[in-house]
This record gives sequence, structure tokens and C-alpha cells, in this order.
Amino acid sequence: MRTVFKTSYDADIDLFRHRAQLGWYVLLLAIALVLPLGVSSFALGEMTNLLIWAIACMGLMVLVGQTGQASLGHAAFLAVGCYANVLLQQKLGLPFIVAFPLAGLIAGVAGAVIAMPMTRLHGVYLAIGTLAVAILTDDFIVLATPLTNGVNGLFAPDISIFGIGFNRYANPDRLYYLILAITLLVVLLYRNLQRSPLGRSFAAIRDSEISAQAMGVNVARTKAVAFGISAGITGLGGALMGHFAGIFNNETFNVIISIQLLLAIVIGGLGTIHGAFFGAGVVALLPQAISMSRDFIGQFLGGGSVAIPGLEAAVFGAILIGFILFEPMGIYGRWVKIRTYFELFPFYRKDMFRRQKSYLKTERMR
Amino acid sequence: MSLLELENVTLKFGGVTAVNKVSFAVEEGEVFALVGPNGAGKSTIFNLISRIYDPFEGDIRFDGQSILKRQPHEIAGLGIARTFQNIELFDQATVMQNLLVGRHRHRRSNMWTELAFLPSVRREEHRHREAIEKVIDFLDLQAYREKYIAGLPYGVRKVVEMGRALAIEPRLLLLDEPASGLSVEETQDVAFWVEDMKKQMGITVLMVEHDMHLVASVSDRVLALADGQMLALGSPHEVQNDPRVIEAYIGAADENEEVLA
Repeated sequence: MRTVFKTSYDADIDLFRHRAQLGWYVLLLAIALVLPLGVSSFALGEMTNLLIWAIACMGLMVLVGQTGQASLGHAAFLAVGCYANVLLQQKLGLPFIVAFPLAGLIAGVAGAVIAMPMTRLHGVYLAIGTLAVAILTDDFIVLATPLTNGVNGLFAPDISIFGIGFNRYANPDRLYYLILAITLLVVLLYRNLQRSPLGRSFAAIRDSEISAQAMGVNVARTKAVAFGISAGITGLGGALMGHFAGIFNNETFNVIISIQLLLAIVIGGLGTIHGAFFGAGVVALLPQAISMSRDFIGQFLGGGSVAIPGLEAAVFGAILIGFILFEPMGIYGRWVKIRTYFELFPFYRKDMFRRQKSYLKTERMR
Repeated sequence: MSLLELENVTLKFGGVTAVNKVSFAVEEGEVFALVGPNGAGKSTIFNLISRIYDPFEGDIRFDGQSILKRQPHEIAGLGIARTFQNIELFDQATVMQNLLVGRHRHRRSNMWTELAFLPSVRREEHRHREAIEKVIDFLDLQAYREKYIAGLPYGVRKVVEMGRALAIEPRLLLLDEPASGLSVEETQDVAFWVEDMKKQMGITVLMVEHDMHLVASVSDRVLALADGQMLALGSPHEVQNDPRVIEAYIGAADENEEVLA
């Protein structure tokens, strides 16, 4: 196990704990950069999709993992980001490079505004409240047909930055690099959040609202800010989803997407950036994996592809149940355990990560 | 002018009067203890000062200003810090991060500068850590800096919570049972720390405590409460020997008992 000998406060504040950690991430980035050279354009498309999901997952992670507020309504913010981005480009003629951040900002403001009444709710009530927001957004898109073209949907134009076009089919590697860059930017924002007072106040609210308040944290406002940042990042993810899908309507961002997002971050591991990426991997790649294995099993049995309706949902459900039962800390939690096992070998103990409650909590005031 | 004044403060929960017309004043630089049996209303008074409850009637003034118009989160900004009876730390964070949350009152940066992590934010972080260094030194927490709260023993958590309150740099510190569940030695440490807070840091301390030895050794004045009523106010010695206080704790010495004895 590596013990970091800290000689300055910067060691606490810097993005990487030590040189070796920086090395690993540089290696990961290098692999991500050379990836388009080695894989088919189909696989590259899947990777691009994964990165988009990772952005959306990071958005929800800020709220659920960092601040401890449940949300089943994040498909609404995907939709707001997506529609805002395309409408700003189509109706106002703004270039992507302006429309895209603005879309994030609009989704963020929408999130903060919705949060103001919503964060008075706690736990399961908050989840139900946010679920209602997701369902209402679906209806609002249909009601606002003159603007959103309702159930017929909208076409997302190709992304164009200073005359350079990014199309999923024409130049998949360019689109991949663009989205990789945006992903890295979001990761940087997330890391900055984690190491700053605002991120600490989020964690304070997650662990004990009453003492966060006693430390001078304005709980209601901070929750609204958390909702805003979360919705903003999710909105960026939604905007990219729109461009990636090419066409979208009110059904594209339905409640199922909300639930998938929440599943992704729980399976990935709550409260960590790694968890957002692992979870995105599961949600983005699983449908492809299932259809591939379906073809494979079909061939094996000597027929065509096996079609089992609802298979995808069932597999998702089974994976989620499996994780909740056997690994509540998610894929990243499992990875940390495996790493710790080897770092401490042979001194790893079975219950090292067991959660324990060894004292009473103050009776909650609300 | 007293630092903290409670004037005729009453709080009712339904039909139960938790605090009944309680008035007292804590002078700047003193250690003031609230004692009384369970349910006397001691922690409720803390929660009233923290603005978690609104008093039914009466006024609470800090530094001459009524705090009843303040929001609960503004109390720390006034310079009133507190600990909780059942330890309310941020479990999924390290000791360092917990203490840093205590510095929230001194935050100068805003959301945008923090998301961009401008050099000014980094300088602020350095300043916060330097301030916390003093708290860590004072409470001997060096060994636990990077440890997660969830894995710490009870006694250390108590100390960390006190440290987090000190990180606020308060003028008035509310300690809710600082010695409950602590060993004899740890309790002695608490006594020294409270002395030093008063003498070196100039912090006024208001504490709720059941350990009468601790109360007698550190406090300047003691207020005894029972069933939300004020029983006696004075030096630890006076209060301990007040017949009403003795009655509240061990019951009245009536004639039958004397016969039995």
C-alpha cells in the first residue's frame, strides 16, 4: 500500500494523489486517444455513446452520490438540454459552440428552479416528486408542439465548430474526440467541485443535514445549487444524446431513461466519478452485448436470432438486484476491494469494508 | 452587556412545556453549565439557540441582537458553534474534511470560481488548512487527519466534533454533553481543553453536562433545570447544595423515608 508523505497542503488539494496515479490516468488517456486507430467505426460509436452516458451519469452522481438526494426525474433534464441545444441552433441560428453550453445552463437553471419546492421533500417522497417532473416533461414537450414538433420529433443538425463538421457516420473519430474532450472537461469540473468548499457542503448535507446547518451551510440553497449543477451536466449529456441519435421526440427521454440513469450510478458505485463511468459502461453497452449474445446463442442452437421480449429489462433488473444484494458499493466498490486485497496481501480482512453504525443519530428535526 | 441572553423563553410541544420561562445570561469569557435530570430541557435550550426550534415566547439575544429573526444557518456566521449529544459528524468523509466543513463560515469563493478552481480558491484552501492546523494541534488529532469518521472510536469522534466546532472560530461554543461516553482520562482532557478554550482562545463556553466533577472543575456558573423550570443558578458549589436541586435529582426527603432509614 502506498503511503503518501504529504509535505505541503497542495498534496491535499491537487488532482492526483501521487505521481503513479497521474501515470495511470495518462496511460488511460493515451489509450482513449489511440482507440479510433484500433477499432471499427461501430465499436467507436459504442464508445462515444458510453462517454455521453458517462456525462449524464456524472450529472446525476453530483446529486445522488455527492449530495444524497434521490432523483427519478433526470430524463427531464436530458430532454431540456437536448431540446434547448437543438432549438437554439435551429430557431436562433446560434453555433453549436454557443448553443451547447447555453443548453447546459438552461437545464441547470431549470433544475435549480424545480429544486426549490422539491428539496423540501426527503427520501422516497423526493423520488416520487422528481418522477412526476419526468412524466410532466414528456407531456410538456407534446403540449409545446409548435416549438418542439411534439410526437413527430426534431432532427438534430450535425455538430459544426468553426466550419468543421462532426457526424456520427461520416467522421466517427472526430465526433469521438470532441465528446472525449467534453467528457474530460466535465470530469475536471466534478473534481474541482469535490475539492472545493461547495463539494464539501454537498457531502455535509448528505451525511447530516442538521450539523451542516449548524456549520453555517444554507441547506435549502445548497440543495438547489446541487440540483442545478447536476441538471446542468445532465443537460449537456442530453444535448450530446440528441446529436448522437440524430432524431428525437418526447419518447426519447422517457421515465425509463431516468431509471436507467439511476441504475447506472448505483451499479457503477455511488459517490465516485469512476462509478459514473462503470455504470455508463453497463447501461450503454449492455443492450449491444445482449443482442450479440442472442445472435450467438441463436446460431449455437441452429436457428436464427432468439427473440425474447423484455429480455433487456430482465437482465438489467437481475444485475441491479445482484448488486444491491452482493455489492452495494457497486463495480467501483468491488474494484477498490480487489485493489486493497492485493495492496495489503496477505493482511486483507473479510469485513474491512463492512459498514457499521456504532452510535445513535440525533433525532431528525424534519 | 452579556454575550448571550435568554429572556423568559418558553417552548411547548403540544401540551408538554419543554422549557418554561427560562431566563439567564452568559457573560463573555465564562464557562456556563446547564445541568439537570433527563428531560429537563437542556438540549432543547441548545436547539433554541441554534434556531432549530422557535420559542413560544421570550427572546434570545446574542451580543445584544435578537437572533430570533435569523435563519438557522446564519447562527454559525454570528460566531456560535455547537456540538451534538449524539455526534453528528459527516461519516463518509475524513477528519480533515469534517474540520474543513467547519470553515464554511469563512468561505470567500463562490460556485463559479470553485468550479474553475481559480488560484484564489487554492489560496483560500491553504488558509483554511492553516487555520485547521491550530485546531488539530490543540486537540492532538494529528494521527487521525486522513482517517474516515466511520472507522474511528467513539472518544475520538467526540473530539473531532469539538474540533469542527472550533474550526468555526466561534465566540460562543455550545457543548452538548462533551464527556458522555468518555473514559476518566478522556474526560480530564475535555476539562483541560475547556479551560484552555476559555483562557487562551477567549471562547465563551455554554455546556450541558451530567458529569458533576467536570462541571464543578471547569464552570464558573451553573444553572440547574428540571422539567423545563429553572431551579437554581450560581457557582457549582451553591447549586450542588441547593435543596431544590437535590430534590430534583434524588427526590424529597419526606418523613416516611427518614423512618425507614
